[in-house]
Amino acid sequence: MSVLVYTESWDGSFRKSTFEAASYASETAKLLGTEVVAISLGEVSNDELTKLGNYGVSKVVSCCTIEKGDSQAATNAIAKTANNASILIFSNTNTAKMIAPRLSAKLKAGIVSNVITLSESASPLKVKRQAFSSKAIELATVNTATAILAIAPNSFKLIETGGNCTIEEDLTNEKGAITIEGKETASGKISISEAEIVVSAGRGLKGPENWGMIEELAELLGAATACSKPVSDIGWRPHGEHVGQTGKAVAADLYFAIGISGAIQHLAGINSSKVIVAINTDPEAPFFKAADYGIVGDAFEVVPKLIEEIKQLRA
Amino acid sequence: MNIVVCISSVPDTTSKINFTENNTKFDSNGIQFVINPNDEFGLTKAMVLKEALAGTVKVITVGDATTEPIIRKTLAIGADSAVRINKAATDSYTTALEIANYLKENPADLIIAGKESLDYNGGAVPAMIAEMLDLPFVNACNGLEIVGTNAKISREIDGGKENLSSSLPLVIGGQKGLVEESALRIPNMRGIMQARSKPLEVIEATTTEDLTTSISFEKPAEKGACKLVDADNVAELVRLLHNEAKVI
Repeated sequence: MSVLVYTESWDGSFRKSTFEAASYASETAKLLGTEVVAISLGEVSNDELTKLGNYGVSKVVSCCTIEKGDSQAATNAIAKTANNASILIFSNTNTAKMIAPRLSAKLKAGIVSNVITLSESASPLKVKRQAFSSKAIELATVNTATAILAIAPNSFKLIETGGNCTIEEDLTNEKGAITIEGKETASGKISISEAEIVVSAGRGLKGPENWGMIEELAELLGAATACSKPVSDIGWRPHGEHVGQTGKAVAADLYFAIGISGAIQHLAGINSSKVIVAINTDPEAPFFKAADYGIVGDAFEVVPKLIEEIKQLRA
Repeated sequence: MNIVVCISSVPDTTSKINFTENNTKFDSNGIQFVINPNDEFGLTKAMVLKEALAGTVKVITVGDATTEPIIRKTLAIGADSAVRINKAATDSYTTALEIANYLKENPADLIIAGKESLDYNGGAVPAMIAEMLDLPFVNACNGLEIVGTNAKISREIDGGKENLSSSLPLVIGGQKGLVEESALRIPNMRGIMQARSKPLEVIEATTTEDLTTSISFEKPAEKGACKLVDADNVAELVRLLHNEAKVI
């Protein structure tokens, strides 16, 4: 009996969400009085794999020939390593969403996604999760002997243990019917779902040419940029930046809503954020009811001042 | 080209969410139900593929009789036929198993579901169907092209997209981008009239064993009052974020 954690990598590197999943697995393993085994797919260096030890992993199985985007091969590889695990932990990323439910069907192990709390007991396993696009929190339980939990990014803190882990290579070469042809990504972009700070803007910006100050503010804060639905629908910003009920969910430490009125669908996507700042010319904008801090004012005057003030703070 | 589109009936996105029976059940009182938005992109994509390649579009849902207006709407949009498996969807696994069992008897070339439904946000059913049928699967699919018996697919990844290819049959979890929002089809009068005579088959459910159970619900804590800062005093906002909220 052990806890297995899928430690996702991007171009050979782990991210904060990976270490969050490992930390969650480590806390869960304490509950069971057992150890954490990690499984990594794709080419990841030993230096990188070793980092998992610091988050409570005692052994990592590295399947360097398996492509994570090939959900059939990934599921089979994880199932093979999971034969002894009673709880499997994922961070709820785009890729994990392809693999974890497949694994649930394969192992007939109940799955709970968007998990935001640890279980108080090992049996029965009961966890809270985001539901209804963050408009509600659901308490759910797993009825099977093996459970799969996919945790929401940014909802669980990192716990460094200072431990070490051993590395075991698994060279099984398996391939499903999917071929990965390549990818198109903007380099240096911070992931919206993992970002600690998100700077988001809406139609109040009047046109795509005015996003320079939004990007400048985001860069200054090491933040991700995001936008409202109308802005992505009219093509001012890419779909990938759309935040809200039908777009991405955000659980940032700090969320700036600049020139966004605050439709219920948008608020649903961002209300797990800890601190929300609204900047809007309309004092009646619904966002002021959902925000912690607000400025009634013109974004074109407020944002440049904000940039200056933050620069001074940092100086 | 036989396409099956899995549909979920969900509360309209503007709905306020409430619970009844001591916060154990979703309160559907006064709620307007709609086709799950992620499924709507898939349905329109299926119609576009059917028109280009010939074939049929069949809609399938797991739900009780209250979901029928939504099924009729998909037929009015252009689906040829519909299947309703008569069971309230309470668990991802049993929902997927009902659909997979049907598809084992009635195979399709392409199975399109939404990447997640906007009620419980489980996001598990499409991947489970793929596993149960031992088929390839692509989630968060935002581009799909069929070339002969192969599919060219793109899926959303952090900061961009990944391009993949696959043989058919294939299961996808669709989302915005599969077709543009402006291209989404809505029922017209002719469609609504035709939908009345299109076949809607009701099948009894066979699965009973839920792998997960929903215990109770709560609403997120309400925010306190918003602290308003004067537009001429942006320095004060920065000071509050730094000293009080400690987030910058």
